Amino acid sequence: MVALVGLLVIALACLAAPLYAARVSGTDPFASNISGSVSIDGQDVAVMQAETEGLGFGTTPIGPTWRGPYFLGADTQGRDVMARLLYGGQNSLIIAGSATLITLVVAAVLGIVAGFFGGWIDIVLSRLLDILWAFPVFLLAISLSVVTIGHGLVIGPVTIGSDSLLLPILIIALVYVPYVARPIRGQVLQLRRTEFVLAARGLGVPRGRILRVDVLPNVATTLIVFAPLTMALNMIIESALSFLSIGVQSPQASWGTIIEDGQSLLYTRPLVAIAPGVAIVLTVLALNVLGDGVRDALDPRAKLKMR
Amino acid sequence: MRLSTLLTTTALALSVSATAASAAPDRADLMKQHRGGTLKLNAHGSAGTIDPMINYELEFWQLLSLTNDGLLAFKKVDGADGNTIVPDLAEAIPAPQDGGKTYVFKLRDGVKFSTGKDVTPADVVASFERIFKVSSPTAGSFYNGIVGADACLKTPATCSLKDGVVADDKARTVTFHLTQPDAEFFDKLSVPHASILPADTAAKDLGTMPAAATGPYMIQSYDPDHGMKIVRNPNFKQWSVDAQPDGYVDAMDYNFGLDDQAGLTAVENGQADWTFDDPPSDRLPELGTKFAKQVKVHTLQAYYYIPMNVNMAPFNNEKARHAVAYAVDRKALVALFGGPNLATPLCQHLPVGMAGHETYCPFTKDAGAGKGWTAPDMAKAKQLIEESGTKGQKVTLIGDDKAVPKAIATYMQGLLRDLGYDASLKVVSHNIQFTYIQNTNNNVQISVTDWYADYPAPSDFLNVLYGCDSFHPGSDSSINMAGWCDKKVDADMKDALKTAVTDPAAANAMWSKIDREITDAAPAAALFQPKRVDVLSQRVGNVMFNDTYHVIFSQAWVQ
Repeated sequence: MVALVGLLVIALACLAAPLYAARVSGTDPFASNISGSVSIDGQDVAVMQAETEGLGFGTTPIGPTWRGPYFLGADTQGRDVMARLLYGGQNSLIIAGSATLITLVVAAVLGIVAGFFGGWIDIVLSRLLDILWAFPVFLLAISLSVVTIGHGLVIGPVTIGSDSLLLPILIIALVYVPYVARPIRGQVLQLRRTEFVLAARGLGVPRGRILRVDVLPNVATTLIVFAPLTMALNMIIESALSFLSIGVQSPQASWGTIIEDGQSLLYTRPLVAIAPGVAIVLTVLALNVLGDGVRDALDPRAKLKMR
Repeated sequence: MRLSTLLTTTALALSVSATAASAAPDRADLMKQHRGGTLKLNAHGSAGTIDPMINYELEFWQLLSLTNDGLLAFKKVDGADGNTIVPDLAEAIPAPQDGGKTYVFKLRDGVKFSTGKDVTPADVVASFERIFKVSSPTAGSFYNGIVGADACLKTPATCSLKDGVVADDKARTVTFHLTQPDAEFFDKLSVPHASILPADTAAKDLGTMPAAATGPYMIQSYDPDHGMKIVRNPNFKQWSVDAQPDGYVDAMDYNFGLDDQAGLTAVENGQADWTFDDPPSDRLPELGTKFAKQVKVHTLQAYYYIPMNVNMAPFNNEKARHAVAYAVDRKALVALFGGPNLATPLCQHLPVGMAGHETYCPFTKDAGAGKGWTAPDMAKAKQLIEESGTKGQKVTLIGDDKAVPKAIATYMQGLLRDLGYDASLKVVSHNIQFTYIQNTNNNVQISVTDWYADYPAPSDFLNVLYGCDSFHPGSDSSINMAGWCDKKVDADMKDALKTAVTDPAAANAMWSKIDREITDAAPAAALFQPKRVDVLSQRVGNVMFNDTYHVIFSQAWVQ
């Protein structure tokens, strides 16, 4: 329950990003503001502060004000880190959530079809999944991103631009499909031999109806348990790709891109990298705890053990 | 003057001289006091081959200038005098003959390679042929004017310069015949690509195998993944303190691996004496305050700029290019580089300090004769975009993944969006970005890059970056990235090169005019002129720096 509330708070905060940018920050979180200034306690303060002591080397972005604009300070481009954190959170959640949905749908279809129909269909689908499984997840995601980041993805008449969020969504969705599809297939193989499915077949119930009425509801609980766990994994992989500049593209932000922005400020403004890192940790932790909770709630054997 | 006054004055003068002499000990004394020890150098990564004729990286040119010699060299002294060319393996700088198309060099006697063999005229001929045989990166741009070079460029393996570089073993002379006068021929003979190697050196990239040395040091071992060991050349005897002075330290240990952050920390802690990589921007305030005494700052003959492809929309429209030049906030970019003490706004193509530089900036608020950049003029820029009819077009900006260029690219993407373009940013690895943006097959519209002078001459900026001969469609080696070729300006540049042979002052005036013409046409928007920050450990003394090789390691001491 706590995890769910935590997730809701994070999501709502991210949804409020435009509100923060417009009402509190007053700056465009996607535009450089290197020569700009901000009013703090009635005084105009430069967003990028030139060093005046010693040899006068370097310019340092304004640090956290802990109130109003530049709540968490500025990044190397003079942008409000808090505003970018909230906007970036939107993208991270959208990508992880959408990729999870696609993964679960594709994995469910492949797993159910392979497990239920068996024969050559199972062989072909299982080998395809095996091939995907053979690649380390991160390596596959990085490879696909590097290949597509240059010119986008063209599938027949459909073109997905390299700066579209759809690109990381599809790549991340694809790499986790075998990890969900294989257990689903195994479960369907078991279900196929259960008495109620055999009885339905014996009574001449159409296969589509058996799948819809008898199989799908039984694998649904597995899919529901997988959902938060997959989303947590997707969030980590999205952050990694964006950190490597092959996920979400500038000027858009995600928690991964903000960590990358903060990498060059670790000495002077570590919060730029730490804040999105903490956001990722909290979100992934909440998703994992939620996943465990959902599993406990939907698994009758777990309930028995707990008693 | 009375005798007593004369004696008194003379005595006084002698005593002042003696005081000065004791205050500034001569080189022999300094050598006695400071000779020895090991200089510990660091870089995040190595810089490829150590073949002096192939390597084209400052990181190793700093070392190759100490291990190898050409006929001429840039003087190894501190400051602007370091741009002076002095005889190195040659006895003297020859006078031009045949209207600047022939030069006769006489080799010094007694110079030996580290192998113990004497340097002979035959080695010189073989070395210049080897430049073509190993396809040195500057074979076609620096040495293409030697008679016979055309054929060597076409068929490198069988290169013969029998009519272009002629040896006379008895007279110990080497005669160069050029197809046309070249005012920068001496500059080109002074860079490591013109090093003289033994005639029997393999005509292939030496890779990690050290070439025979002539300088005070030689490379003992090189492992690109770990490090390099440089030791004294046992056969070195100082022949010219200007061209190749003996070194103070006995050895140099170059470590590859520590990144810019760790490398700087190592220097601050005295675990390393110097690190090649630029200090990370977030460490600059710390360097300028806590380690100010260990920091050396030098203005570089270099600039950061934004090439705009004049053969592709939208920058085939001059107004669009002018708009970008007007809109760039160079002060903001200076801030990204480290602040006004580390860079200076620039909106022309010859940097300050370069011959021919006359301050000129049409793309600024309140432009005026002799005035530099003051502030961006966004209103004018937006008006030009409207007039150009290019508003709303898609523009992809190519940046590289190093901190400063990436920050500039991020800023530029926002600026292009402000101007009304549908701008996206593509960040390419630093290792390939420079060649990627040169190749027209990649359809690069606009990019962020920088240029550091190979040698101190205006043509190295103007002719190299904007000459018609530097534009090679479809090649990774097309340094005229804007693809700008103006026949009139190109002819002016060729005239200036010819004039420089006989009248350098007149040539410099011509380069000033050419600089203004190129700036007006805006095939690229100049951004700023950077300075170099070198941080040295506390024990390092006598640090000298010049434009070509930056820190001269042979002249630094550690004890």
